[in-house]
Amino acid sequence: MADVTMWFEGYWPGLKAEVGGKAASLGEMTGAGLPVPPGFAVTTAGYRAAHDAADLDATLARLLHGLDVSDTAQVSAVCGEIRDVIRLMPLPGDVESQIREHYEQLCRKCDVEDLPVAVRSSATSEDSPDASFAGEHDTYLWVRGGDAVVDAVRRCWASLFTDRATCYRVEMGYEHRSVEMAVVIQKMVRPISAGVAFTLNPANGDRSQVAIDAAWGFGEGVVSGEVTPDNFLVDKVLLEVTKRDISHKAHEYRLTDHDTVEKVGIDGERADTPCMTDAQLKAVAALAKTAERHYGCPQDIEWAVDSDLPEGENIILLQARPETVWSKKPRKTVTGSADRDPMASIVSTLMNPLHTKKD
Amino acid sequence: MADRFPSPFDIETPEGAEGWQDMYVYSSLFSESRREFEDSIFWFQDGVHWPKVLTPWDATFYEFAIASLSQYNTRHLQVPPANGIAFRILNGYGYLTPVPADPATIEARVANFMDRAGFYFMNWNDLYDKWMVKIRDLVKELESVNFEPLPEIEDADGVVKSGAGLGSGYQIQENYRTLLDLSLKLWNYHFEFLNLGYAAYLDFFGFCKEAFPGIPDLAIAKMVAGVEVDLFRPDEELKRLARVALESGVAEAFAAGDVEATCEILKGSDAGRAWIASFQESAEPWFNFSTGSGFYHSDKIWIENVEIPFEFINDYIVKLQAGEDLARPMDAIRAERDRVVSEYSELLASDEDREAFQGKLGLARVVFPYVENHNFYVEHWSHSVIWRKMRQLGEVFVKEGFWAEPNDIFYLKRTEVEDALWDYYVSWATPEPAAGPGRWPAIIDKRKNICAALRKWKPVPALGAPPEVITEPFTVMLWGITSDSVDSWLGGGEQKEGELRGMAASPGLVEGPARVIFTPEQIGEVQQGEILVAPLTAPSWAPIFGKILATVTDTGGMMSHAAIVCREYGLPAVTGTGFATDRIKTGDRIRVDGNNGIVTSLD
Repeated sequence: MADVTMWFEGYWPGLKAEVGGKAASLGEMTGAGLPVPPGFAVTTAGYRAAHDAADLDATLARLLHGLDVSDTAQVSAVCGEIRDVIRLMPLPGDVESQIREHYEQLCRKCDVEDLPVAVRSSATSEDSPDASFAGEHDTYLWVRGGDAVVDAVRRCWASLFTDRATCYRVEMGYEHRSVEMAVVIQKMVRPISAGVAFTLNPANGDRSQVAIDAAWGFGEGVVSGEVTPDNFLVDKVLLEVTKRDISHKAHEYRLTDHDTVEKVGIDGERADTPCMTDAQLKAVAALAKTAERHYGCPQDIEWAVDSDLPEGENIILLQARPETVWSKKPRKTVTGSADRDPMASIVSTLMNPLHTKKD
Repeated sequence: MADRFPSPFDIETPEGAEGWQDMYVYSSLFSESRREFEDSIFWFQDGVHWPKVLTPWDATFYEFAIASLSQYNTRHLQVPPANGIAFRILNGYGYLTPVPADPATIEARVANFMDRAGFYFMNWNDLYDKWMVKIRDLVKELESVNFEPLPEIEDADGVVKSGAGLGSGYQIQENYRTLLDLSLKLWNYHFEFLNLGYAAYLDFFGFCKEAFPGIPDLAIAKMVAGVEVDLFRPDEELKRLARVALESGVAEAFAAGDVEATCEILKGSDAGRAWIASFQESAEPWFNFSTGSGFYHSDKIWIENVEIPFEFINDYIVKLQAGEDLARPMDAIRAERDRVVSEYSELLASDEDREAFQGKLGLARVVFPYVENHNFYVEHWSHSVIWRKMRQLGEVFVKEGFWAEPNDIFYLKRTEVEDALWDYYVSWATPEPAAGPGRWPAIIDKRKNICAALRKWKPVPALGAPPEVITEPFTVMLWGITSDSVDSWLGGGEQKEGELRGMAASPGLVEGPARVIFTPEQIGEVQQGEILVAPLTAPSWAPIFGKILATVTDTGGMMSHAAIVCREYGLPAVTGTGFATDRIKTGDRIRVDGNNGIVTSLD
């Protein structure tokens, strides 16, 4: 039997069918040096094993026999029962122990007991019919502890049998027994600081610089503009901080006791303290540079410095998208405006004011 | 904040230094006859090369150097926008100002410059090979100049019967004039290539800044800098000698404490004698290396003060015994340089830009070995020989009762030495008592007191009205003077409480205890894990860079000789702070931010 679980680090393209699109993408990014929040996938083999052990085929055949898809009340009752069955079905020992062991390893890595994780479905094929509807109710955030994780996995599986997905399969004549689902379990990011980074200087298009905006806590305030962030430039090649503007950061977005993110005031010195160390800035710049190389064009990324992960592994990529302002402009060349003849160029260098001042 | 520095005419003479003007040639002084010109411009103190009070004779190299620089800009190459550098001495310190060319003449200068400088760039390697021959010949000539007391009677065969018609009395005077001629020749040679080297470097620099406005100066320096540079050779020789000592089993001799005891032990064995021979091989020429900038007779030279290289060798022996690998990782340094070049090249906008970038980088690398290496051949090797010869002449005068110490000769102006020699010659020829012994001791004594009084005066960093922006390329590059540093000086150097700003000369961020060093003789005080704070650092301080965490200096730019060595050792450095040795005390905890050029007091 194929493996029941897969660490993101262990991904290779041959596993895509078993781990689904989301896990594949997270695995690919991890492999490319783009540090997404760490985690693992429960493969379709895990689902299949649980499915078989619970003899789900027989239950499905019994409950779905003669289902009239136009009778919404009946559909709702039947699908609800199926989902209840899946949510309550016992897992084969090795599947459950694998999930629990992996979760515990993740807790140990972060040195946090009952580490909060996100549990999400990972559709096995982007264009397959089961993918069309999975994803409606299949994301569980701030899940804590092994029991809750196992429970959330089952809930994800259960989302294969939403009313709409089930009716669709009946209408199209697809086999319910052949649908499968992988699940992703991933650490929830709890940022010390977070922000955005551009792989060029947005002020002048200088591609040798990474521009970083950073604030305490979650990145929401930076993205929305509610918090004036610290602003840094890091040289892309030397990975040295070349400019820093430290702002008064009056607010930050922080996690509350009831797992929501709220805006709170910052008192005292911390408001004026740089929210990033040089080492963190270099790591964010290196990450942005890697993303730019990986995607082949200037990037606009969201990132966070996680408070649980060990130093050196705590810079997390949350999102990457192409930069759109400078990337659309034609690039200004130097040779277009300067003398081609080397001597003439030297003369012009000596004649024209040279600003070695830092801007 | 003030918008200008004091006028040179408003600077008072420090108490006890009255009459200091008599120590220097009149043309090097600020004077009423040129007041209109002198008061209309901006002067900065050249602490990179002349951070200390100039004794009368030591002003020679100051004057020869700057005049030679000017001559190449104006009369040889016709650098289009730049005339020479005017130089003055005020209260014993050197002040400079770049003189711009008359705009009306620029067009004609461009044509000449393209022709003349173009020829040098086209034929650089051939001309540089010739330069190396010239400079080595010059050192040989210098070495052949000797000063001996005049003989009771001239040698019969060598002088009288040879038909030369000239004797020792003529010769000693000619020798001194030869020494001066060779010194001026040396400084002419020094600037044969230097301005052009910097021009090509600046062209590459300007290209990089246009393509990447935010590129750190350091990155540009890194792409151009050589890997095997003669300036690092003395340090390499120390490491080699430490290894030889260990391999041949004579390392223990260095634990003896002082040079004499060590040599005594070494002389007692074949291996020890072989090590001494090996040391002597390294010493010529590599230990003709000054602990300072090479511009002062008081700077110590390794070859004459072997306790300095011995101590460094002993430090290296200890490190080798502790298993440290002293070898510079050449392959890693080269690989890093190639990486930096290829990554910036990749980031350029077009293939045409990449081609231009490679072309300019190529030229910069052709010219840069001269920029890096000339310092050893001129300021260290040749100057060391000149100082030795001058001391030899000083010794002759000591024997004749003109003054007490060989080094007293440096309290005479260079023209006064000719007068003293004439006096000596006449008194020998006649014979009769010389007038000098009754004259010079009092003058020397007075001048020593004046110099002591001047040393207590902290030179103001600049004089006159600064230009709106500092753009003169050589000023920025050689002296590290930018609009920023001028603003900082005007603000008294203290922008924020406990914060000093300077040039980000070498990246990194560290905190630690400061060790403030004012003279090269204090180098021995530096302890492992301290941050070196000094008026400037000299390349010959390299061996202590293995001990320290960072460097902070009062003066110097990105390309000052000192900055090159700081970067080589991968230590954070902030240069050109103006006031570091004044504001920081030994033992203060400080933070050095070499990425941004900021030094912060943590106490």
